Amino acid sequence: MKHNLILRVVSKFLIPLIILFALYVQFHGDFGPGGGFQAGVIFSAAIILYGLVFGVDKAKRVITPYILRLLASLGVLIYAGTGVATILLGGNFLQYGVLASSQLAGQHVGILVIELGVGITVMSVMLIIFFTFAERGQAVLNSKAESERE
Amino acid sequence: MIENHLSLLLVVLPLLAAPIAAVLPNGRLPWAVSTLVSWSVVYLAAWQLMNVSTGQVISYELGGWAPPWGIEYRIDAANALVALIVSGIAALTLPYALKSVIKEIPQQQHALLYAAFMLCLTGLLGIAQTGDIFNLFVFLEISSLSSYALISLGKKRQALTAAYQYLIMGTIGATFFIIGVGLLYAMTGTLNMADLAQRLPELYEHRTIHTAFAFIMVGFALKLALFPLHVWLPNAYTYAPTVVTIFLAATATKVAVYVMLRMVFTVFSFTFIENTPADELFLLLCVMGILGMSFYAIYQKDSKRLLAYSSVAQIGYMMLGIGLGSVLGATATLVHLFNHALMKGALFMAIGALVYRVGSSRLEHLPGLGKQMPWTFAAIVIGGLSLIGVPGTAGFISKWYLVLAAIEKQNWLIVGVILIGSLLAVAYVWKIIEVLYFKATDELEHKYVTVKEAPLLMLIPMWVLVLANVYFGFNTELTVGTAEQAVKLLIPSAN
Repeated sequence: MKHNLILRVVSKFLIPLIILFALYVQFHGDFGPGGGFQAGVIFSAAIILYGLVFGVDKAKRVITPYILRLLASLGVLIYAGTGVATILLGGNFLQYGVLASSQLAGQHVGILVIELGVGITVMSVMLIIFFTFAERGQAVLNSKAESERE
Repeated sequence: MIENHLSLLLVVLPLLAAPIAAVLPNGRLPWAVSTLVSWSVVYLAAWQLMNVSTGQVISYELGGWAPPWGIEYRIDAANALVALIVSGIAALTLPYALKSVIKEIPQQQHALLYAAFMLCLTGLLGIAQTGDIFNLFVFLEISSLSSYALISLGKKRQALTAAYQYLIMGTIGATFFIIGVGLLYAMTGTLNMADLAQRLPELYEHRTIHTAFAFIMVGFALKLALFPLHVWLPNAYTYAPTVVTIFLAATATKVAVYVMLRMVFTVFSFTFIENTPADELFLLLCVMGILGMSFYAIYQKDSKRLLAYSSVAQIGYMMLGIGLGSVLGATATLVHLFNHALMKGALFMAIGALVYRVGSSRLEHLPGLGKQMPWTFAAIVIGGLSLIGVPGTAGFISKWYLVLAAIEKQNWLIVGVILIGSLLAVAYVWKIIEVLYFKATDELEHKYVTVKEAPLLMLIPMWVLVLANVYFGFNTELTVGTAEQAVKLLIPSAN
């Protein structure tokens, strides 16, 4: 990727903006269009762009597959854990009202927390899918190169 | 305080266990967590069944939103019975899984396998618990997606095509179901099953409702592998890892049959079905399925595939009860749903023990093993007798109620088909027994002299199921009693 100077410069400029936009979509999801799913996809798009331009190996150094697996599980745990927390606070499962002093504030806290869980899981699962396919493509390329050398 | 939430914890516990199992290091830990959770879930399911067996209905509002606007878990005897089957089979399969999984699946996939197993359990329990038709779809997808992943873990490469085939068919089934749900929602504006049941009767003449009904029925006929929509099932059961086959064969199709019961009898009603060709069609397909698939089973060369075809035939028996459309028929369906989980669970566990020792489930690789593994062989004999429906086993009770239901409707053809189906079952069960005990091929035998009995950790769950087959052949209070109670609530007009 030494030669694609424009691509490298543009993507370096874009990646922070994409991540920023993802965070905006994530945390503004309760007032405007957006939410955890969209934010997770946008966030993973930033990393995937990095992987496409600078190589999958470098992208894997940014966020390792093991951490991705942890994050994917963490998101589910945040979601279900919020439900358990509302039960412990005396409400029903996912009854956000009990999370804060007032019903309205509770709904806000609840939706933000579970959407955060959704965002984390979607982001990491998208990346896991990307890395899995990229790995497989790499293996095919390697075996092709080997057979050509022979 | 926590008591009100137990019906919900039944679904949430495995959901929490799945991500935890996924991040634990490969080894025994993920297995231990899953087993622990599955045992606590059985306890919850038993408690729940005890509470509703008196005719009481548990209602739980998710998020505190009152039904019909919010999602409601509505548990009566039918749900509770299905939840108990699912969690019970999971709790017996997991101890069995430890050794079998180590042998069949590469170690780096163990944690993920148990995570997918827990997700599948979550989905199946969720389907059983929920009273909301869209929530049911969500849980259906959770259980289906995880079961595709589980099947694809099989040792042979064919496991991938089998999983892919199931993925395509299962997705079509789920899509059909959601189209039907969408149409119902458009007509009634509600997704709550109890609410739907109240609003639908005045719309029975409407063509959209008939279309919705057709979509839902075809969608679930695909999921439960009703003949001729069963083609995904034999491959999936044959090539999946043993543990997955045991669990799915004993639970996944049963849950789909339960949904069918719920749809036909609660959401719609039998007066509605009688005006559609559905009931006659069910009977016709069941008769063809029972006879055709039992016949097919006789000619199989692989013991897992043989049992898979037998499963398709057995699903025919379950759907017969729905097609007959009477209180007795629905009772027979529920009873057979329970009993069939016991017999297929026991049989697949026994076949799995053979696979564990020999590495193959093809009949030609198993001759004479019955002498080397007497306990496993005895399990196959008793499980097979139950499958045939010999008096003194659970299978007899379900066939008995089916025949009663058919006689009540004066449908002598069905009575004949049930009897012929049992004779065909004798043939295919005998085929396994003959190979295992009476066929001694000299050149193979010296190879198998060293084969030992299956490990105790596999024998105990297997024999729990085998003894349950005998126990429920004599004591029908739990099965028939609960089923009768459940049908009273399923079919409101029956009281």
